[in-house]
Amino acid sequence: MPLVGGVFIGVSASLLLLLKGRIFGVSGILAGVLIPKAGDTAWRAASLVGLVTAGVLLQMFHPASLAVASDGTYWRYIAAGLLVGFGTQLGSGCTSGHGVCGISRLSLRSILATLTFIAAGMIMVASLRALGVLS
Amino acid sequence: MSLIFAAFISALLFGIGLGVAGMTLPTKVIGFLDVSGNWDPSLAFVMIGAIAVHSVSYRLITKRASPILTTRFQIPTKRQIDPKLILGSVLFGAGWGLGGFCPGPAIVAAVSGGPSVLVFLGSMIAGVYLHQFVHKLLYSKGG
Repeated sequence: MPLVGGVFIGVSASLLLLLKGRIFGVSGILAGVLIPKAGDTAWRAASLVGLVTAGVLLQMFHPASLAVASDGTYWRYIAAGLLVGFGTQLGSGCTSGHGVCGISRLSLRSILATLTFIAAGMIMVASLRALGVLS
Repeated sequence: MSLIFAAFISALLFGIGLGVAGMTLPTKVIGFLDVSGNWDPSLAFVMIGAIAVHSVSYRLITKRASPILTTRFQIPTKRQIDPKLILGSVLFGAGWGLGGFCPGPAIVAAVSGGPSVLVFLGSMIAGVYLHQFVHKLLYSKGG
């Protein structure tokens, strides 16, 4: 299913570009709602509503996709959230904006960003494994 | 109104794609990053599928004079490889590996009401504001 999901993602990013001329980057869309700029917030808010609506549909028809295990170690999710929120703003993008849209238009910035965040993620997981946090 | 609807529908499809792909499952994401352990490379196909579609459609769409509903394309134009890009991506990747969520899937999966994803989402929002605060602090002089 990853390939099917990926095709969905590619099609939806294309739809936003074709209709509105914008890049589908979730971290930028989120920041544009949290720190609103006049006249450029409504479509972003509608995008967030679309993502949440997707969550509702998944919960109804494919609940296994949202079966998020919780191991109770909240420090981990607090630190992770802060890193992702801060890092995506500093680095101007996340998996969608850099990883999908940026690479698709062969942006060197996005290619480097994507290689960097995947490598950093792998190093983090290897460190967690070395520390015995992952079983 | 049609612009709002276009954004809503695009994001709806996008979110369903994330769920179908398995990107909303942190264990799956951490498995993809776990090259030194039980590596599960299957999520690579999410990017492969998305890029295969979008790299072709991007070229076709941007041949148009304008998007359908607005007057111009707004594509990032910045080319410079700066320390912020790399440091930001290092921090983001570290958080992605630590929690197993990136921004889109966290918003979609928050609907599950799971405590871990809600804590993650709240902290991610705090992280966005923290960046704004630091940015203002560092760049407030001289606008």
